[in-house]
Amino acid sequence: MINVTIDGIKASVPDGSTILQAAKDVGISIPSLCYHPDQSVKANCRVCVCEVEGNRLLQAACSQPVYEGMVIKTRTPKVIEARKTILELILSHHPQDCLNCIRNENCELQSLAAEYFVRSNPFELKVRGLPKDLSTPSLFRDPDKCVLCRRCIEACTVVQTVNALGLEGRGSHAMVVPSLGLDLIDSPCIMCGQCIHACPVGAIGEVEDIDKLLAAIADPETIVVTQIAPAVRLALSEEIGMDTGALPMEVFVAGLKQIGFDHVLHTNFTADLTILEEGNELLKRLTSGGTLPMFTSCSPGWINFCETFYPDLLDNLSTCKSPQQMFGSLVKTYWADKMGIAPKNIFSVSIMPCVAKKYEAARPEMTASGYRDVDIVLTTREIGRLFRMSGLDFTKLPPQPFSPWMGEYTGAAVIFGATGGVMEAALRTVYEVVMEETLEDVNFTIARGFEGIKEAAVDLKGTVVKVAIAHGLSHARKLMDQVRAGESPYHFIEIMACPGGCVGGGGQPITKANFKRIERLDAIYIEDEAMPIRKSHENAEVKKIYEDFLHEPLGHKSHELLHTHYHAKHKRFL
Amino acid sequence: MNYQEILAQYADKPGGMIEAFHAIQEKLNYLPQEVIIEAARVFDKPVAQAFGVATFYSMFSTQPRGKYVIRICESAPCHVAGAAEVVAALEQELGISMGESTADGLFTLEFTECVGQCQATPVITINGAPYLDVTPARVAGIIMACK
Amino acid sequence: MAEEMRIVLRNYGKIDPLNIDEYIAAGGYGALNKARGMSPMDLIGEVKASNLRGRGGAGFNCGMKWNFACQAPADQKYVICNADEGEPGTYKDRLIMEGDPQSLLEGMAICAYAIGATQGYIYCRGEYPSVVKTLNAAIAQAKEKGVLGDFSIEVRMGAGAYVCGEETALIESIEGKRGEPRIKPPFPPVIGLWYKPTIVNNVETFANIPAIVEKGAAWYAGIGTPTYPGTKIVTLTGDVVNKTFFEVTTDTTIQEVIFGFGGGISGGKAFKAVQIGGTSGAFIPAAHLDTPIGFDAMSSIGASLGSGAVFVLDESRDIVDVTARIARFFAHESCGKCAPCREGTMRMHDLMDKINAGQGQTADIALLNKLGRVMSYSCLCGLGQAAPAPVLTAIEHFSADYDAKLA
Repeated sequence: MINVTIDGIKASVPDGSTILQAAKDVGISIPSLCYHPDQSVKANCRVCVCEVEGNRLLQAACSQPVYEGMVIKTRTPKVIEARKTILELILSHHPQDCLNCIRNENCELQSLAAEYFVRSNPFELKVRGLPKDLSTPSLFRDPDKCVLCRRCIEACTVVQTVNALGLEGRGSHAMVVPSLGLDLIDSPCIMCGQCIHACPVGAIGEVEDIDKLLAAIADPETIVVTQIAPAVRLALSEEIGMDTGALPMEVFVAGLKQIGFDHVLHTNFTADLTILEEGNELLKRLTSGGTLPMFTSCSPGWINFCETFYPDLLDNLSTCKSPQQMFGSLVKTYWADKMGIAPKNIFSVSIMPCVAKKYEAARPEMTASGYRDVDIVLTTREIGRLFRMSGLDFTKLPPQPFSPWMGEYTGAAVIFGATGGVMEAALRTVYEVVMEETLEDVNFTIARGFEGIKEAAVDLKGTVVKVAIAHGLSHARKLMDQVRAGESPYHFIEIMACPGGCVGGGGQPITKANFKRIERLDAIYIEDEAMPIRKSHENAEVKKIYEDFLHEPLGHKSHELLHTHYHAKHKRFL
Repeated sequence: MNYQEILAQYADKPGGMIEAFHAIQEKLNYLPQEVIIEAARVFDKPVAQAFGVATFYSMFSTQPRGKYVIRICESAPCHVAGAAEVVAALEQELGISMGESTADGLFTLEFTECVGQCQATPVITINGAPYLDVTPARVAGIIMACK
Repeated sequence: MAEEMRIVLRNYGKIDPLNIDEYIAAGGYGALNKARGMSPMDLIGEVKASNLRGRGGAGFNCGMKWNFACQAPADQKYVICNADEGEPGTYKDRLIMEGDPQSLLEGMAICAYAIGATQGYIYCRGEYPSVVKTLNAAIAQAKEKGVLGDFSIEVRMGAGAYVCGEETALIESIEGKRGEPRIKPPFPPVIGLWYKPTIVNNVETFANIPAIVEKGAAWYAGIGTPTYPGTKIVTLTGDVVNKTFFEVTTDTTIQEVIFGFGGGISGGKAFKAVQIGGTSGAFIPAAHLDTPIGFDAMSSIGASLGSGAVFVLDESRDIVDVTARIARFFAHESCGKCAPCREGTMRMHDLMDKINAGQGQTADIALLNKLGRVMSYSCLCGLGQAAPAPVLTAIEHFSADYDAKLA
């Protein structure tokens, strides 16, 4: 332990603490902008500077380690003048359009400006006037707003190993740019949106489709149908001022009905369906000498990553469409038929924790129903905005049920939102199909948790099936390199592009730190535990769709509607 | 030697990308996109990072430049010695502004900071070679000698 | 008048720089042999006792720095010579490298022996292509002679970035990256090039080493001013009669440099101001001309010796115009990593241009003062910390010139 004095408070703090950590220990919060709890220390914003006795220079609290006897002052006039001046410098180079900004009221720079009561700025406003990058259907960049903290670059290069973002130029001309200064769509960007979470301001955000939804709702001819992805509900609670997971599902449904959705269905239904299709695909590959290991295919950021960086491994990808796209092709065929609604009148909306889903829905091959299968994708954050706009009090709203045929789901579908969840759900079903006996304890806890790579072996009638799970693409890359080298011991690999899986998806409420992702993981397993049915193959509506429509997993109809193929992305700019 | 061959020569040099860029520029006078992409591959770095390096250093250009890159020092000692008049003379002689290249692809005018020949200001360099005590009157002759 | 004392320029103009035999005949590599007969700790002790302080600008005790690297356990260590001489008005390192490259190599080899390094780099600025050729030729000759033993030296070329004179930015550049300074601590003697202990010293510092080893710490410590002993090469630019260089002892006053060695102000005009240490140095008015150029004496008047550049302005010069030009230099050379430097150098340039164009207000001067003050202690590296010095000191000492230009 090291003895320090911070603002007159004597404290003993762990070796290796920075001033920032030591101050936090004694209850003093030091402001920061470039600091990110899960990233390397950057010390480039200098907002956290403090005075250290015996030192003329102010020290950055985020990077400066404490030493024995150090006397630190965190809010002297010199410190406050420095912080405020630095904020003025950053703000005077930043558009003053907070009212129109996607991060209004959820912006680290805005908060700092408020905390340091920057009322007027002595520096002349000088905005660079750079064009916005609107090249992708998933995310936009507004480089004028960038404060050069570089957190997005670390998310893209270290967490995701995508390397789409880097720096160009130097001095006040320095910019964060996609590779070679190109548009995002021409860079290796896989549209996972982790950069959005990393960004302290509104320099990167999701492409919003709220207006398209409102137009569809306003059209009396159009039947607006929505699907809700597994990880949305629990995180949406945060967006509307509740604890993680506190919003009951049926109240969520009621809220969507209030907004004007005609029918609310659930992606969880197709998550259960995915398990039957993907589980059978795995068994088929295992027994008929198919390409192994098989990779899951529900995460569109991961699909983009595989198509971009591992085009030689596309045969390993399960041919199953993601639950979103399975739902999309069924809602305008099976469901339309059951409900007696003309598919052309259906406006299919999906509510997703993801921004890559917007790109996935726009893929040209995703038109199995004869229409665009999913018309628009809204993120959890966009639904949060709609709910705030609606003025609804969710503590008073009476619950409402899902519409029939594609609204039922099991605990196995719920856990799709967590890293390891698809694997666990698949194992619950595959075990019973192969063993022809009831699985008493459905909890494959080995598949759970935030560890980057998890692995397990399951004995199925003498065949040991080896599985691995990775979340965050830097971890996925390790498993992929193993496969590429022909050294992978696994039969089945689950990959989720985002850290934590969908709970940490690029469309979720802005999630600065991983502890929030872990909190959401916990909430998911609580929900699973509470479900009366926890195995996908026991979903009654899933059984029904096979009886009435699909007939058998991997059958002709499934092939037509539920499976897809992949394309190598030939990008030179990796 | 093409750029691939030049880059290959530096492949084993740890951190050799900057040296390789110098060698490429000696041939091409700038760093085309293909060079940056290939350099990233050779040095096993992301293209985004190689681009960051190429755009950081003022001697590197990602835009085509003339056969003769004329750089005028505008640091304080050259400034007080009359660098501005030399700039004006060069612009007039070549019919271009600073930062531009002549239509015939022969000349490019750039500012530089101090080139360390401050005993004889103002200083210009042409493809790295210093010209000392440059006056507006000498400009035409210096340009003529290049042609 | 005071005499020059040539230690680092001892062979300048006397030997053929491209002939190692002439260097050896002049006593060269005797110091390296002597050093190798000493224990590394004794050698470091000698350098420490000489009180040689870094000639790059920061003035850190050279022997102490070496000691950190020597004590740091590692399988590989590096010696880097900082030859990224970017301070405008400075060309002293070029003189050493052009005139006596072997003295630099010998100094580096002594350091390598002291800390236990086998690989060295000379990071030479890209603006000196001919110097790079000279250095490579000198290294080839030294290798052929076998004088360097198992110590290898490679020359790396900068590419036009003043910030690479900052030692951690220089290290990043050798690693093939953008030349952006690292967070300190850790310092390079502990974690440097490729995360190994690394000594980065200036050309002039290394060139002093053979003389110190040869003649002893006491001899060196007795030259010039005790707290910053030895000599310093000064390069004179601006409105001075002898626009040239001199190697002088560190107790020489500014007055002696300008009016003695420099021959006074050119064109028969009167002195107005001098900026010492390069473009990041303070402007010094006539009142302080009797200050010795030694590091601490300069610090006491709010100035710094820096690189030893001496930039003289006569009475006719518009100091606001010159300072505006200097502000532009820093805006151009800021690496852009830390916010106060990236934004601050740009604002300082804007404000100086505004005042220089006759559109400034009193408030702009107050803002420059506040901005400069904050930058000087908030920026990540020495570039941003030093950039405001010329602006702040010009306002302090020549406020009438500013006032005269206000709208």
